[in-house]
Amino acid sequence: MLRRLHEEQPRSFSFTRENKVWAETQIKKYPAGREASAIIPLLWRAQEQEGWLTRPAIEYVADLLGMAYMRALEVATFYFMFHLKPVGNIAHIQVCGTLSCMLCGAEDLISVCKDKIAPNPHQLSEDGKFSWEEVECLGACSNAPMVQIGKDYFEDLTQESIGQIIDNLSAGEIPTPGPQNGRFASEPKDGLTSLMENESGRTKFNGSVQMAEDFKDTIKRINGTEAELVTPWLQSSGKKTSQLRMKKPKTFKSPRKSVPEDLSNLLGLGEKAKIELNNLGVYHSSQISKWDSDEIHWVHSNSSGSLSLNKLKSFVEQAKKLQTNKDG
Amino acid sequence: MTDVKKIIIDNQEIEVDSEMTLIQACELVGIEIPRFCYHERLSIAGNCRMCLVEVVGGPPKPTASCAMQVKDLRPGPEGQPPVVRTNSKMVKKAREGVMEFLLINHPLDCPICDQGGECDLQDQAMAFGVDFSRFKEPKRAVDDLALGPLVSTNMTRCISCTRCVRFTSEVAGISQMGQTGRGEDAEITSYLNQTLDSNLQGNIIDLCPVGALTSKPYAFTARPWELSNTETIDVMDALGSNIRVDTKGREVMRILPRNHDGVNEEWISDKTRFVWDGLRRQRLDKPYIRKDGKLVSVDWNEALNFAAESLLGKNIMGLVGDLTSTESAYSLKKLVTKLGGVVECRTDGSKLPIDNRSGYVGNANIDDIDLVDEIFLIGSNPRNEAPVLNARIRKAWSEGANVHLLGPKAELTYDYSYLGSDRSALRKLTARGLKVGKGRSAVVILGVGALTDADGAAVLGHVMQLVSGTNCKLLVLHNAASRVGAMDVGANNPKGISDLINYDVIFNLGSDEMEIPNGPFVIYQGSHGDRGAHRADIILPAAAYTEESGIFVNTEGRPQMANRSGFAPGDARENWAILRALSQKMDVTLNFDTLGQLREALFIEHPHLKNIDLPLENEWRNEMVGDLDKGDFTFAIKDFYLTNPIARASTLMSELSAQTKARKSSRIAAE
Repeated sequence: MLRRLHEEQPRSFSFTRENKVWAETQIKKYPAGREASAIIPLLWRAQEQEGWLTRPAIEYVADLLGMAYMRALEVATFYFMFHLKPVGNIAHIQVCGTLSCMLCGAEDLISVCKDKIAPNPHQLSEDGKFSWEEVECLGACSNAPMVQIGKDYFEDLTQESIGQIIDNLSAGEIPTPGPQNGRFASEPKDGLTSLMENESGRTKFNGSVQMAEDFKDTIKRINGTEAELVTPWLQSSGKKTSQLRMKKPKTFKSPRKSVPEDLSNLLGLGEKAKIELNNLGVYHSSQISKWDSDEIHWVHSNSSGSLSLNKLKSFVEQAKKLQTNKDG
Repeated sequence: MTDVKKIIIDNQEIEVDSEMTLIQACELVGIEIPRFCYHERLSIAGNCRMCLVEVVGGPPKPTASCAMQVKDLRPGPEGQPPVVRTNSKMVKKAREGVMEFLLINHPLDCPICDQGGECDLQDQAMAFGVDFSRFKEPKRAVDDLALGPLVSTNMTRCISCTRCVRFTSEVAGISQMGQTGRGEDAEITSYLNQTLDSNLQGNIIDLCPVGALTSKPYAFTARPWELSNTETIDVMDALGSNIRVDTKGREVMRILPRNHDGVNEEWISDKTRFVWDGLRRQRLDKPYIRKDGKLVSVDWNEALNFAAESLLGKNIMGLVGDLTSTESAYSLKKLVTKLGGVVECRTDGSKLPIDNRSGYVGNANIDDIDLVDEIFLIGSNPRNEAPVLNARIRKAWSEGANVHLLGPKAELTYDYSYLGSDRSALRKLTARGLKVGKGRSAVVILGVGALTDADGAAVLGHVMQLVSGTNCKLLVLHNAASRVGAMDVGANNPKGISDLINYDVIFNLGSDEMEIPNGPFVIYQGSHGDRGAHRADIILPAAAYTEESGIFVNTEGRPQMANRSGFAPGDARENWAILRALSQKMDVTLNFDTLGQLREALFIEHPHLKNIDLPLENEWRNEMVGDLDKGDFTFAIKDFYLTNPIARASTLMSELSAQTKARKSSRIAAE
């Protein structure tokens, strides 16, 4: 497919304030003089913001990274994930057309798209709400045929269900992603045949669908306000970040009265963990009971890794209980 | 530090630097590997796959020899040297396969392609390809680009070697070209179809291994086998680029670069390459005499008689122009001195020191630039004064050298630290010293534009003081090809050109860059009807630089021999011969009858000129550190494309000049 810049281009582009902050932290991931390495995430974010990648957006990103415009254009034209033409303002439907999906009826899905949206891929529907294209394998072969809309996969589709999804989207609803034929995930159609014991306590949706339901962000543009920015790479530069703050808890060189407490009365604290904690200078449950979240992080990152954050949190809870029992 | 490793290439054992690539190692043993994308002066791309060789014991597939280093080859199980084969069955099959793929989308339009006869793809298809294709699908077509008036494009022929992209971004320092898209839709484009903003862009014509980029002015005028090639020297700037002039009959059809590692590597500027249409226009092909204020054409006899008459017993000054060979300058000096006059070659008014070669040439060689850590440009904009030298500075810069500029701010193809624009900045720099640090080296490139003002000698004195006593070197960057040679033969008058008006007769040997004041009688000898000829009372038509043999000493003091590629038009004669004939008329016959005898006499007086292609090591002698005036420095060249009469006669150069101006003004308007 010959990829060129669209004939009609907007006059200008700039990141939203949040996206700008996000972009700057992305650039800081790379050493000075190698800012150009951040080109793909930045172009992607620019596309997220506008729906498609405009010439001003490419130039804006190139300026941000100190690159020649041509170098940025080379990247933008190389990857098919960058849309150089406007896409539907509600959704751009990416139909997987590779082997498994094709055998299971991807061509039927495409015919629905042709019917409901536009006869050609990358062509806008008459109302400008939709566009579609056929893409290469999206890696959901066991749930074929499937499409990707925005951030989510819609799997196990039929002509009817894809048509319904398009209609729902058109009506302003956000359809539930995931398997559309009642399957939970990619298990056999008639239910599990092995590992049955894991089936108990199943939630209504699988993890990714649940997340999509919680956030309702399937077709929402990312503008930088969504998830908290995690920037561990800024730590070395001395900047405080919202997450992963660490504080050293109070530790002892040797146990009080030279007798360490038997920490193994905390549930889940084995011999190995005990040695680890002792090495860090933790000998008593009274110490553990005073940890706050920052201190838990410190212990976690200073231990060899056998102490997960969740385990540590449960130790703190138990130690607190022990302390109140003792005091009371 | 280099590590030497033994390898066996086609049963020949050889020890090579382990950092060499296989293609270079093969070249050392005399085996030529076919290639398209690989070019030794550009970065390695490895995308054409034509240079595949077999590495025995390596992966069971051919290896791209341009991208594989000798040190990455594994030795045999008992430590035997690694074995490379370039003529095995595997290699033959691989080459045939690559060739078939390359030809899939390449049109079969060789009969109408300008590259025909000198096309790498054609040659290598004959040598390494097969005579059939299994491809029955439709071929692709690609839109052509509008790269400007120099490079004509036919992008369907492109095999995506990306040499042009790499040259423009690495050597020329512009970022317009790139490869967009992918797979079958990959195309070489310039950003938004911009024209190229570089005065080295013509080199991509040579680099293109196919007919995708060809010369627009030369288009469809000749086939390579019809041309006679003459290896000679360029005079468009003082670099003395090595060129090859291709002629068909008496016309120069095109100019190509020759390789010379010490001078121009293998690049030439656009002015050098495309100036040839100026050799056909505005030519002086008959002698003229001014009668009643009008120039009338006469025959040689009358013209020489009249010239002899007007010179006799007069107070004479000879001027040596920018494109004059050393022999001609020497002949003029001999003639005028015999007639009691003086000769001057510093027609731009520069205060180059007479007889101090370390002052008017410096002590640095051009290829020193490759190795230095700091480069100081003083009053010089090498992008205009010597574009190929500028590419070399860019190369040094991209390998880590720092560039400093003292002079007007200029748009160069590399970053520089700015030291200031005026004399006070130079004073400050001299007081501070170069401060390059221990074990680091530097070169100071001094543009002659800084020496043309009244305090030129003091500027040179300051710069020489700056350099002397350090391990830094000085390179005086001239902009006239003749200047160093003429200085070498002593074509100097202590007063320079300041007292021009006091002479009765000016013998102007091809000097068109200066205004001769009203008063003196002027005899102009030159090739083009330019400013000098308009002011003349007698015009003696002479050969241009492609039409006579001569020695040109370049800006680093390297004498090089230019050869004749054709004859001058009409009655025009070689410069030395005209002067010799005139001397006879005046009974002060010069003591040579042939160019050979002239050179013998020249070499006796100036033996260093005999050492063709050897730059002389100059004995360092500081100049007086005089008082500097005030004010900014100026660059020697205002308009790169119109620096000499040949360029001004060229319609193409005027077009390029206009285009550059338009680009500049539109950029200012946009800001």
